[in-house]
Amino acid sequence: MAKKTLIQAVINGEQVEFLCEPRQSLLEVLRETLGLTGVKEGCNNGNCGACNVILDGVLVNSCLVLAVEVEGRSITTIEGIAGENGLHPLQQKFLEHAALQCGVCTPGFIVAAKALLDRDPDPSEHDVRMWLAGNLCRCTGYDKIVRAVLDAAAVMREKGAVQQEHGQAQSAPEVAL
Amino acid sequence: MSIEKKYEVIGTRPIRPDGTDKVTGRALYGADVRLPGMLYGMVLRSPHAHARIVAIHTEKALSLPGVKAVVTGMDLPDLESKITGLGEGTVNLRYQSNNALAKDKVLYFGHPVAAVAASSVHIAEEALGLIDVEYEILPPVLTVMEAMKPDAAILLDELRTEELGEKGSEPTNIAAHSQISQGDVEMGFKNAAVIVEREFYTSTVHQGYIEPQNATALWHEDGQITIWCSTQGSFGVRDQVSEILAIPVSRIKVVPMEIGGGFGGKNGVYLEPLAAILSKKARKPVKMTMNRAEVLAATGPTSGSLIRVKVGADSHGCITAMQATLAYEAGAYPGSPVDSGAGVMFAPYKTPNVLIDSYDVVVNKPRAAAYRAPGATNAVFAAETVIDEIAEKLGMDPIEFRILNGVTSGDNHPEGTQYGVIGFHETLQAAKKSPHYQSKLEGPYTGRGVASGYWGNFGGKSSAAASLSPDGTISLVEGSVDIGGSRAVIAMQLAETLGLPFEAIHPEVVDTDSVGYTEGTYGSRTTFATGWAVYNLGKDLIRQFKQRVADHWNVNPEDVVYEKGVLTHGDQHMTLKQLGTEMDEMGGPISASSSINARKWGPAFATHIVDVAVDPETGKVDLLRYTAVQDVGTAIHPDYVEGQIQGGVAQGIGWALNEEYIYDAQGRLINANWLDYRMPTALDLPMIDAIMVEVPNPGHPYGVRGVGEVPIVPPAGAIANAIYRAVGVRLTELPMSPGRILAAMKKI
Repeated sequence: MAKKTLIQAVINGEQVEFLCEPRQSLLEVLRETLGLTGVKEGCNNGNCGACNVILDGVLVNSCLVLAVEVEGRSITTIEGIAGENGLHPLQQKFLEHAALQCGVCTPGFIVAAKALLDRDPDPSEHDVRMWLAGNLCRCTGYDKIVRAVLDAAAVMREKGAVQQEHGQAQSAPEVAL
Repeated sequence: MSIEKKYEVIGTRPIRPDGTDKVTGRALYGADVRLPGMLYGMVLRSPHAHARIVAIHTEKALSLPGVKAVVTGMDLPDLESKITGLGEGTVNLRYQSNNALAKDKVLYFGHPVAAVAASSVHIAEEALGLIDVEYEILPPVLTVMEAMKPDAAILLDELRTEELGEKGSEPTNIAAHSQISQGDVEMGFKNAAVIVEREFYTSTVHQGYIEPQNATALWHEDGQITIWCSTQGSFGVRDQVSEILAIPVSRIKVVPMEIGGGFGGKNGVYLEPLAAILSKKARKPVKMTMNRAEVLAATGPTSGSLIRVKVGADSHGCITAMQATLAYEAGAYPGSPVDSGAGVMFAPYKTPNVLIDSYDVVVNKPRAAAYRAPGATNAVFAAETVIDEIAEKLGMDPIEFRILNGVTSGDNHPEGTQYGVIGFHETLQAAKKSPHYQSKLEGPYTGRGVASGYWGNFGGKSSAAASLSPDGTISLVEGSVDIGGSRAVIAMQLAETLGLPFEAIHPEVVDTDSVGYTEGTYGSRTTFATGWAVYNLGKDLIRQFKQRVADHWNVNPEDVVYEKGVLTHGDQHMTLKQLGTEMDEMGGPISASSSINARKWGPAFATHIVDVAVDPETGKVDLLRYTAVQDVGTAIHPDYVEGQIQGGVAQGIGWALNEEYIYDAQGRLINANWLDYRMPTALDLPMIDAIMVEVPNPGHPYGVRGVGEVPIVPPAGAIANAIYRAVGVRLTELPMSPGRILAAMKKI
């Protein structure tokens, strides 16, 4: 067995240390070592997006990232999406639009949609479909998911929540790469 | 819709009680189970499609540090052949056992031959590589055409055809031949002015649930077994594990975790018995999860098929005869949904003369499992393509043709039973009047297709229990696994019965020791049957509420009025909250339980309209617009009904256009991943408009019909008919992938 490496990273705004083997994926460490089981495994092959996390502002499939690669980096998982004031507008809109059925793809969709709205607060339906094409859902036919994301974007624009969020993201601890 | 509002809670769209945990990542699915001292199990799978197992050497694997147990088929008891119910089908228990872990023969690529438990998944994986299996390779049989040939290699030495109820005498791969027959088809075709006959081939497809199968088992030191798993039916798992391990059900408790999709594919057990016997050997809890390649190679699929359809109609457009022959891949063991396909394909039409022959055929692929309206989509693709062609030859609008020939209440189903209250014509009228059908479709290589579909639905056994909490709310426990919002729709029906707001009901899905027997969440039965159970539960609670206050007030319980959480007798009032607070002084806790075997389910009909554009250079089909009209009975939670319709349509679209198992000549599945087994993404689909027509089922207190399965029935037929309008060729194979479309257009 290969020697374990000590990794330090910021996960959902908190400084975290963990030991991992070189062969372990970020997905495996998040779920098995750190107990962040909201990150789901659907394919372990980068095809379904159920394990989506945001890594230094970039949406990634955590099954395709090795855990040793995240040294000094910042990660947001589904567990870090809701804030002190409760659910994120995306989470609220997923509930209101009944955009989930079994719910196992939902964390990945919400994380992916957040990464989209961070970049583009006013996406078109096509933009949303294009961005979410890396996430598979087998229950909903995507209709209500797309509507939930568009509605969340509208609400965030109205409330200026996007700006506020950008402010928060900037104040989050920055770690040198 | 009547002007007077009929219901208070039913028909509203509350947020599901389990929703917050599911959008925040808190909800616990099977793979999230973690127990102290837990080991990780993995399965060694056959690399061959068809082979005899000569020997299995496990010593090296057992000596790897960290490996705690290895099991093979020899660790499972020998079972007699015995047929038992399995959700939407039946299963022979010996086959079920051999499917979980092969004994003497492997019958498909991915068939389990051994399992390992180790202190980490990585050690378990290494150990699999140290198990040496000697095989005697046999020729694979991969299609029904090959399997039915007289000189085909035989999969199951003891198999004999059930030929219209009689057992055959020769070894065969044809497990059964059944027939549906009414009237005289020969005569019917003689009276026809137009006859269309075609042959269809459809590929093997998978349910595609996002969460892989998983199971965690603990064999306690006293011999009790607890299993945590992802299943559509916890009692079904208990019963199957009991049979496979030859252990009484009383020793097994199954805890259903949240389930990440099933669509019929999570009724049967795969990992559960293996985790249990590994735990027994290792004397520690063992967790097993499949990876996606295992899920595709060794679970699920629904049958590929060969279907011949012949329909005749007279010059007025009335159908005179309908005939079909269906042969379905059962996979490694008998039990394809071919009879279900046969019973469904002509069900929307008045059929004086009908003859359907169906063949259940074993091939070297994974054992077929139920998939949403099992067996229907491929059969209806064939039937509705031929119906469309007949209408076209008669110069009739496809919806008008269906209105002329469609069944209505009192007509007969092809199997001879009489329809009760049904809403097929209502779907046709709503489709005809829909903005979609009224709109003009323009542009080159575009076309509009229509298809209808039927699904019988089901009822069956459900149980629930409830108690009054001191704060006046109701705790509800139920045995129905919540796969897409059933906690909400069951709680809504109890709230309606009790006249309480939705939020006053707190539903929980509980384990097999905590509630009465409940069949799985399959057959579109849960909202109907578990809904019936909680309706009865609510009535029982109201009776008890009245009795308690009547005793307290010293009046006759029949004179107490209960309305919307308030009990009244003359000037005296008591709210449920007051009753809850004071019930200890008024006789003690108040609770009720209810079990039912609900029989009067109502069938569902749907009519779908789709517009497509075909790229004549690449053969790619784009969906421009999709409308699904369905008789939903009463829509308890309209959002969830729409969601069932949209999800079923999306699966039907995948089946129609992209999805197929691809095997090489040796029978190895070569596209066991989601890049190459191509399910629809958000970019592939338009919004899916759901038009709900409500024709209540008189066999349910709130008019519920099942809604979940019929949406997958018409899409392939509707899309095939639209492609025909777009490019002038009839597609007779699924999937209608770009290559097949170009070939049909004679471009390649």
